[in-house]
Amino acid sequence: MSDELKNNHGLKGGEFLTKETDPVNVFTPEDISEDQKMMADTAKDFIEKEIWTKLDAIDNQEPGLTVKLMEQAGELGLLGASVPEEYGGIGGDFNTNTVLAMEMGKSHSFGVSFAAHTGIGTLPILYYGTKEQKDKYLPKLASGEMKSAYCLTEPTSGSDALAAKTTAVLSDDGKYYILNGQKMWITNGGFADILITFAQVEGDKFTSFIIPTDTPGFTRGEEEHKLGIKGSSTRALFLDNVKVPVENVLGEIGKGHYIAFNVLNVGRFKLGAMVTGGAKKYLSVAINYANERKQFGKPISSFGAIKYKLAEMASKIFVSEAATLRTSGLINDLEEKLISEGTSYSDALIKAAEEYAIESSIMKVFGSEILDYVVDEVVQVHGGYGYSEEYPAARGYRDSRINRIFEGTNEINRLLVVDMLVKRSMKGRLDLLGPAMAIQKELMSIPEFGNEPEGVLAKELKAVQNAKKAILMIAGSAVQKFMMKLAEQQEIIMCVTDMVIEAYACESAILRTQKLAKLKGEDAVALHIAMTQVYVSDAIERIALHGKHAVTAFAEADELKMLNLGLKRFTKLDPINTTKLRRQIADELIEANEYKL
Amino acid sequence: MKIAVCVSHVPDTATRIKIAADQKSIDPAGVSFVLNPYDEYAVEEALKTKEKFGGEVVVLSVGGDRVKETIRKSLAMGVDEGVHLKTDEALDSFAIAQALADEIKSLGSELVFMGKQSVDYDSGMVGQLTAELLSFNSISVCVTFNLDGNTITAEREIEGGKEIVETSLPCIITAQKGLNEPRYASLKGIMAAKKKVIQEKPVASTPALVENLQLKMPTAKNPGRILGTDSSAVPELVKLLHEEAKVI
Repeated sequence: MSDELKNNHGLKGGEFLTKETDPVNVFTPEDISEDQKMMADTAKDFIEKEIWTKLDAIDNQEPGLTVKLMEQAGELGLLGASVPEEYGGIGGDFNTNTVLAMEMGKSHSFGVSFAAHTGIGTLPILYYGTKEQKDKYLPKLASGEMKSAYCLTEPTSGSDALAAKTTAVLSDDGKYYILNGQKMWITNGGFADILITFAQVEGDKFTSFIIPTDTPGFTRGEEEHKLGIKGSSTRALFLDNVKVPVENVLGEIGKGHYIAFNVLNVGRFKLGAMVTGGAKKYLSVAINYANERKQFGKPISSFGAIKYKLAEMASKIFVSEAATLRTSGLINDLEEKLISEGTSYSDALIKAAEEYAIESSIMKVFGSEILDYVVDEVVQVHGGYGYSEEYPAARGYRDSRINRIFEGTNEINRLLVVDMLVKRSMKGRLDLLGPAMAIQKELMSIPEFGNEPEGVLAKELKAVQNAKKAILMIAGSAVQKFMMKLAEQQEIIMCVTDMVIEAYACESAILRTQKLAKLKGEDAVALHIAMTQVYVSDAIERIALHGKHAVTAFAEADELKMLNLGLKRFTKLDPINTTKLRRQIADELIEANEYKL
Repeated sequence: MKIAVCVSHVPDTATRIKIAADQKSIDPAGVSFVLNPYDEYAVEEALKTKEKFGGEVVVLSVGGDRVKETIRKSLAMGVDEGVHLKTDEALDSFAIAQALADEIKSLGSELVFMGKQSVDYDSGMVGQLTAELLSFNSISVCVTFNLDGNTITAEREIEGGKEIVETSLPCIITAQKGLNEPRYASLKGIMAAKKKVIQEKPVASTPALVENLQLKMPTAKNPGRILGTDSSAVPELVKLLHEEAKVI
């Protein structure tokens, strides 16, 4: 992959840990084009007029409603945004789809139906389908005439997806596969016309199939009663001697895991984008309420305790959006580069998403946890009204929770981040060893006491560069200690991933702000700077804490002493008055009565 | 038939605006601009008319480079081409009407739609002024529109009711909320709009008839007060309405 990336502005996947990025090369919300914005506005108008007015009806699963809304979204082109024009879609690039996903993330249960259809329900065919399969299904999926569901999970295989028990047996005449098994928690299960299904051929050849739901032997279970996203259809599905033609095999026999996992790479990133959009909406709900609600004779937004909440939510969202679009830009640029070099559209999409699978897992975890933080605080800002169904806070609260579970639980994704980093390093795909050795050397030398760095967020950037050294130091020591058995040390892995996530997030926010400061001058980005400083200041402390948990879990005596000293040295950032900064941030939010960045 | 539709680019009504340092304009920093909502009805009606009778829809907008965004939005909704009547000056209603009238004349359009007012300066005059300059008929504040040959029948809102009127082409229709349900700009429409032409033409200078002296923010409303819950509060209410609110 390194040759392919030679001319790519972006770094390789995971390389942010060892290399610096020029802010000029980062895609930021401020770089969204007029066309992308116009498309996002169409999504926004559609959601405000057609979805927000029917949230109760959607959550009550009024018969036919979601299907009708999906078809309407199809007419507008929203379902075909990533489908090429030759198959009836819009052929929008990756960034365009990210911008759309951020809007669609504001649509509660409908967003889940939408994401399942357009993401895991459509992309497997787009990525791995034959020409005939693409011709047959993509135009109808893009228009909404056909709805799709993705069936990976089974009653006894969730996170351990490849242990699926559904079987597919080739018929004697070699023309059909006969499928038997049960699938669980299938989004769009109640109305899907086709299923992207996975089953074992000849015992252990994990394979993907396209199953039309009008095939005899297929039945749907009842709707699940869920904690949130009550309006999305979630069912168990049963396959009882379901006979599908061999033409419906998707990809190659025994290669189903490529499809399952590569599609999830994109799915995880998109989920991160959607939750970031959702968080933006909910912050505005909170600001608006805090301005309206009066207690003790003044709006509650004038109280410091509430200002703290508003500013904290805004800072987290600012960072999350910066990291989302930075990641999107990386995938987008690689995709375009590969296509320009002659790679087929589908292969370019798969390769680019795979290259940045680490960043996508990071965004899934980070975004979903920020949304959960935000909706919790939105309820709190509303006080008693936050607990009432009369206000939007309650729905936001319950609908958020699933995001930490589906598309790979946040725990699985945390394990994957370290697992992928280690594997890529061992394969020589990513050089972590060299930089880790350099840090060992640096630790033995006397710390530099050079001049303080100067420029916009220069101190913060320096702190993040050091934090990355702390990560390499700890991860390097843990790998040396446990070697191939590192996977058994899940607590340590969680800590290391949390450090990695924070470093990526902090750096993304700094890059976003620095890029804009170069363009508009430092004064114009005072709010951006304040939010970045607030976030980074606390994040460095969190990185130090995760680091402490990690090193004390495995190191002893001299090694522990050395690691602790290193951790201290690499997680230093002078304290700043974040209370003052939070007030400054909150005052701007209150004045605007919304989060409008 | 060449149908013209005139649109303006206005601050989103949900945005909080600030008055600029010159006290005569708003500070555009941080303000999101949109296609004037009443003009959206005009665009929709123009497109529906074209779909029914054939022809071509041309969108016109007067202003600085920023208005191109609104022209492109109209193109994305399905309008065929755009004309940007370019000026960096803040024109009064008459000068805007003059610019539109000149262009409508050169287009040879006999049916023109626009919003009943733009929600920025709210003068509500451009439709009628343009019609007068062109010697066109005009029907303002329309909630229905019907074209049959050369004859136009429309319902317009009047105080406390509706009026049904009839006139003939050439005519300018100004649109009121309720005239139709504007379509969304579909993603395909947005892609197609990229290939559509926007002609740029300078606006000939017209002396202003109205001078904008100063803009002021409305004074904040006092919160409501509950004086009591039964008839004993009536004397106090009457007193306050007379002395404080001065409405009786």
